Amino acid sequence: MLLKDEVEMLRRVPLFSRIAPAKLKLLAFASERMSCREGQNLFSQGDTGDAAYVILSGTADIVVSSESGEIKVAELEKNSIVGEIAILCDMSRTATVRATSQLELLKISKESFLDLMNDFPDMAVEIMRVLANRLNHTTSELTAARSREQRVNS
Amino acid sequence: MEKGLTRYIWSNTYKQQIWILLIVAASMVPYFLSFDLPKRIVNGPIQGEGFETAEATQRFFAIAFNLPFIGPIDLFSGFELNRVEMLMALSTVFLGLVVLNGLFKFYINTYKGRLGERMLRRIRFELVDRVLRFPPVQFKRVKSAEIATMIKDEVEPLGGFTGDAFVQPALLGGQALTALVFIVIQNFWLGMIAASIVCVQAVIIPRMRRRLLELGRERQLTARQLSGRVSEIVDGIHTIHGHDTTNLERADIASRLGIIFQIRYDLYQWKFMVKFINNFLAQVTPFLFYAIGGYLALQGRLDIGQLVAVIAAYKDLPGPLKELIDWDQARQDVQIKYAQVVEQFDVEGLVAPHVHSVVTDPVPRLSEALVITNLVLSDDSGARLLHRTSLDVQPDETVAILGQNGSGGEALAEALGRILWPEAGRITIGGKDLLDIPESVTGRRISFVASDTYFFSGSLRDNLLYGLKHAPLTQAQYQGEDQRKFKRKLLEALRSGNPALDLNSDWIDYGSAGASGPDDLLKVIRPVLDAVTISQDIFDLALRSQVDTDAHQTLTDRIVEVRQALRRRLSEEDLGHIVAPFEADAYNRQATVGENLLFGTMKKPMNPQILATHPYFRRIISETGLGAHLYEMGLEIAENAVELFRDLPPDHPFFQQLTFMSADDIPAYENLLQKLQGTTIDKASASERSAIIRLSFSYIEPRHRFGLLTQKLMDEIVEARRQFYANIPADLSAAIERHDAQRFTASTSLMDNVLFGRLSLQEVDTTERIRAITRSVFAELGLEDHVLSIGLDFEVGSQGRRLTNVQRQKLNLARALLKRSDYFIFNRPLSALDQRAQDLIVTHVMQDLHKDGQRPAIIWVLPNAHVSELFDRILVFDNGNLVESGRFEELATTNGMFKQLLS
Repeated sequence: MLLKDEVEMLRRVPLFSRIAPAKLKLLAFASERMSCREGQNLFSQGDTGDAAYVILSGTADIVVSSESGEIKVAELEKNSIVGEIAILCDMSRTATVRATSQLELLKISKESFLDLMNDFPDMAVEIMRVLANRLNHTTSELTAARSREQRVNS
Repeated sequence: MEKGLTRYIWSNTYKQQIWILLIVAASMVPYFLSFDLPKRIVNGPIQGEGFETAEATQRFFAIAFNLPFIGPIDLFSGFELNRVEMLMALSTVFLGLVVLNGLFKFYINTYKGRLGERMLRRIRFELVDRVLRFPPVQFKRVKSAEIATMIKDEVEPLGGFTGDAFVQPALLGGQALTALVFIVIQNFWLGMIAASIVCVQAVIIPRMRRRLLELGRERQLTARQLSGRVSEIVDGIHTIHGHDTTNLERADIASRLGIIFQIRYDLYQWKFMVKFINNFLAQVTPFLFYAIGGYLALQGRLDIGQLVAVIAAYKDLPGPLKELIDWDQARQDVQIKYAQVVEQFDVEGLVAPHVHSVVTDPVPRLSEALVITNLVLSDDSGARLLHRTSLDVQPDETVAILGQNGSGGEALAEALGRILWPEAGRITIGGKDLLDIPESVTGRRISFVASDTYFFSGSLRDNLLYGLKHAPLTQAQYQGEDQRKFKRKLLEALRSGNPALDLNSDWIDYGSAGASGPDDLLKVIRPVLDAVTISQDIFDLALRSQVDTDAHQTLTDRIVEVRQALRRRLSEEDLGHIVAPFEADAYNRQATVGENLLFGTMKKPMNPQILATHPYFRRIISETGLGAHLYEMGLEIAENAVELFRDLPPDHPFFQQLTFMSADDIPAYENLLQKLQGTTIDKASASERSAIIRLSFSYIEPRHRFGLLTQKLMDEIVEARRQFYANIPADLSAAIERHDAQRFTASTSLMDNVLFGRLSLQEVDTTERIRAITRSVFAELGLEDHVLSIGLDFEVGSQGRRLTNVQRQKLNLARALLKRSDYFIFNRPLSALDQRAQDLIVTHVMQDLHKDGQRPAIIWVLPNAHVSELFDRILVFDNGNLVESGRFEELATTNGMFKQLLS
């Protein structure tokens, strides 16, 4: 895949939709193209996070290991971004990402990512929106889980 | 050491000095004769004295003595010669004397030179020997570079002076005196004039030189301190950068250099002042000779021959005199230097020489207990580190020492390691004080490891085996010429008081490591490396390093097998696609255009720049038409790069991705593009051409993704490659190692050799997986030990700095474990490692050391109580006191320090 095709794909990612094509091309050039085979871990819970990934094609699961074994918490689809939490908060990976089909990825290093956010406040807002959506999702899941728990206990 | 230099030189070289003095005395005879001769030539044949008639002859070479009581003895009546013959004969004698004098001088100088060099060798060795015997506390005070400067530079003039110490005053004094006496004999008053000027010189000049000596001493001290500071800067470079104090260091050095400049300039001024006065005095005398002597000659009270002889003789007077004065200055200068050096090396409490004696026989096991009696330890400032403590450790006992940092346990361990000498009390084994036991026992049967490591520059193997090199065990055998050379070297060493130890002997004590010789050494090293968990690191080092193909032929011969096994494994694990192999007639998309064209690796000193200017290479590029295409490609790359990066600040992180140019190149390429866009190669100048083509050489399609590499271009590149190798000239074929699937490439790393292709980095974790697979392939083929051996060739750099701190500590421990001592003392040897890793290694070591039936004593200062259960006895220190001692079970159940530490 060529740089200009990647730019096209990146434009379809909501996060980058408002960024000028020239800048996107630069981002694409500065990022590494990676692939990940089905069943392989893109990264594992507890690893140190040094990059975020944009999924260009394929699907993956987000899996968290707990005392009762692995729990799948979400699915990732084409055009989504993953791994940004570890970069933003300077912490280790909070979950494992496992490919459920052949993944084509763009690996955006920590520096590049932070730099983009500085240059494009729009993108920072977009990231906030994504994170807020996830939080919202997590909260509703938690609420559901708690109420289930109460029902079981009562 | 002798306090006075003269005495030191005399006591070491008096035999040679007497011999050379005799030679000098003998050389005086022809020297004196050569003074008298000019007078005889001028007065005799030239002026005609004794040749009043044309037929007059004189006897030449008559040997006759007029001895008292016996009367004249005529040994040889001589030849009858006429005036011209006499002139020729006397002149020939003069020439003969010149040659004889020259030969004497040659012999004396060579002899003196050798004497001096031997002396220098002796004194340097003696100084280093003293350094080796310094008590530990001395090393806290001295700077290594200052010691090195003293041994290397400051004693150097001593060597030169040794030869001259006695000979020079005798020779020069003799010469000056001869000349003076000769002048006095010719004319008493002229002689007196010369003598009085000499006296003035001899009194004034040394006085003026006193200041010179003072300055010389200051120069020596400041220069020594400068080298000390420079080495501090080098050693502490990270601290300096860490605190932004480079400018403080600059200021310090600048001020030191200022002081040195001042001293040297003073010295310079004084030196030439003294020279001026000296020269003036020397020149005044001939003035007096010409004026007074000429007047006397005019009056007829002095014949012209005498005056010529006096002036000729005087020519020889200032020379020796000046040298004599120089000698005196050198003597004082060297004496001061010597005194200063000796002062630094005359240290109280040197280790006795017998402690370091060479022992080649195996040292028997230490089977007695280590007894510590009333031991008191203090630090440099006198603070107590350990209060009166007594205990003993049995030869098969394992003891864990616990306590806070600075609670006394470490100090005790250091005392056992002889790094800290007791203030009171004793440490004994079998009744003998630890400090009196020869190091051949303590250095072999006792091993001490602390957290600070030291590695000598050399290979990892050298450093690992360093602990086994106590004495030359097998003599190196020499044949023929080498044997003669060796004997000469040995004799010379003995003459300079150096030991007759041969560095070429095999010093490795295989037996004490449990091996029988060099061949199975690796078998005993391997478990030790595994125990300290460093095998993986060494394995990785091996993969990254270039292989010495002569030393590791077994592996290099089997490289094809390794490559095949790796391919097989990769395809078994469905990873076949992550390595793009090199194929002679195909383009490798994961490699750069340049690599594809070259299809090989360059041996040093060949590099891309040299290759690019090679006429053959240029011809191939232009003849195949590839140059034009690569030029077009380069233009497009430049265009893309400029477009992408034009507006970025030069320190932007994205520039890391731009492998083929740097941020500074962007404006230059922008200009180039404006000029060259849309042109063909023939419009560009040579330097523009290479600037553009250079870009396409580093292009990798899957990485840069500009979409520039068409199938046609790839075919062209492969074709150009074929043509390049078809008629390759000898100089290029010697400098380029072509990729060959059947052969090992010496000029590239082991990993590249195994892969024989380029990794496609596009898949997650590729590198780690390849590494793991490679290791298991080597294990499968039984080549793992060979790979480790390649890793052991790694050069560790100055002070082992090419290794990480963690690696150094692990290797430091491994080095001691190899020795198989009877007592192991470990003083927090792994402080750089995290807790889990430390505990793991402690467990390994405790198991391994007690595995093959031997039970050495182990005294381990542990960082915490986790693994203390592995030890027979636990000692808990607090505040310099031994507070608890007992077995794990006992201490764990009593309420005390240990229980606190355990929780």
